[in-house]
Amino acid sequence: MNVSVLDRIADALPHVSSAGAAVTLCGVTKAFGAHRVLQGIDLDIALGEFVAIVGRSGCGKSTLLRLIAGLDAPSSGTITVDGQSTGWRDDVRLMFQEPRLLPWQRVVANVEVGLTHSRDRHDRRRHAEDTLVQVGLAGRAHEWPTVLSGGQKQRVALARALVSHPRLLALDEPLGALDALTRIEMQDLIETVWQDKGFTAIVVTHDVSEAVALADRILLLEDGLVAMDVAVDLPRPRRRGDPRAAAIEGRILDRLLRRG
Amino acid sequence: MTRTLPWLVPLFVLLAWQIGSDLGVIQANVLPAPSAVAAAGWRLARSGELWTNVEVSAARALLGFAIGGGIGFAFGMANGLSSLSESLTDSSLQMIRNVPHLALIPLVILWFGIDEQAKIFLVALGVFFPIYVNTLHGVRSVDPHLLEMGRAYGMSERALFLRVVLPGALPSIFVGLRYGLGIMWLTLIVAETISASSGIGFMAMNAREFMQVDVVVFSILVYAALGKLADSTARLLERTTLAWNPVYAKV
Repeated sequence: MNVSVLDRIADALPHVSSAGAAVTLCGVTKAFGAHRVLQGIDLDIALGEFVAIVGRSGCGKSTLLRLIAGLDAPSSGTITVDGQSTGWRDDVRLMFQEPRLLPWQRVVANVEVGLTHSRDRHDRRRHAEDTLVQVGLAGRAHEWPTVLSGGQKQRVALARALVSHPRLLALDEPLGALDALTRIEMQDLIETVWQDKGFTAIVVTHDVSEAVALADRILLLEDGLVAMDVAVDLPRPRRRGDPRAAAIEGRILDRLLRRG
Repeated sequence: MTRTLPWLVPLFVLLAWQIGSDLGVIQANVLPAPSAVAAAGWRLARSGELWTNVEVSAARALLGFAIGGGIGFAFGMANGLSSLSESLTDSSLQMIRNVPHLALIPLVILWFGIDEQAKIFLVALGVFFPIYVNTLHGVRSVDPHLLEMGRAYGMSERALFLRVVLPGALPSIFVGLRYGLGIMWLTLIVAETISASSGIGFMAMNAREFMQVDVVVFSILVYAALGKLADSTARLLERTTLAWNPVYAKV
């Protein structure tokens, strides 16, 4: 990782601090019609924390993430990011399950989408190219997204999310569609950039081992409530197959499967 | 070899036609020989008559296309983006669409006479619907995931339109464009043949009165060439603006 490049980007974007954001949820509910997806969530996420949200499908984990990212509004309760109630914010970025790249824009232009509000074209281009280097896609800047593999597309999506130096990165099952090896590579990449930049990360995943590999803290959502809040106090980088990780994974899986 | 292969059949037909004419199997007052048609074309080109008429026809076609296509594009965009606009105008437009525009010719002659307006009006009306329907379809088929991404990344409505909606709708708009170009020539041919005092259709009808079959056949070929030219231009545009799409890039 080229530190001078990071410094240069941070200097060029003085309004954006590269540190993380603290997130607080208070009595958050969300209902779609008569169906209450979230039943009252109270949550404190610390600055720079890496939180994973797991749960069975339909438990409301993606809904929760969309609320935190400001894409939807809660039915009741409050969500604050750094003490400010949300709505859409420039320093919160969301990464989706699908790459959602614009197929008619070159890779570098897709990354520039993350800098929509930056005026200077040359600056935008330089930041986008630097970020592509960070995600390991140096030299692919001027290709069409259609020629990239699934993993490479997700890397571009990650670059697009990172290029504006968000203080909170919300990831909605970003690796769900990737093959096992590419997944592990992407997990390592996400962990590396997170350690490097210190943003707060919230990842929604159905894969418990992914949660254990990445997160400081795992929240298990059940029937719209936080059913388990597990701290993962393992040193990084985490080796896959570590027995302590396996123990944590086992505990969470037991809880998930008991209701099967 | 593979490049010349598609030309073999047309070349053979042309040759057979010429030989048939020379032997008297095909009578000249039914179908003149290719050489006679070429000679007629040369004559018309030298006298300048051809160019004047091509110019008049092309101007009518393009003006009508610009008016009808422009209105169709605007309505397609408006109705694709706004449900209020759609519920206000779409069903009315669909009703009008069911009237064959060429059936309006008698009415149009009553309104505009056989002047330029009549032809331009008919072309515009004919071109309007394919452009409208395909633009609307294009806007509707833009991936909602991309729209959500654009909003989540803070794109303004303008940026969302220029960077997501318009390029997403473009492949479908091109389908409408090419279809519209076909209708454009067809409408113009009919309109010029029925009532005109200039243009390629007039040239053909005028020649018919003097039994100049060679000029009639040549006029038909000019229409075909102009149609082909319009289609090739549209394809070239398609290929350059849709280069990102592997389907078009390979063509």
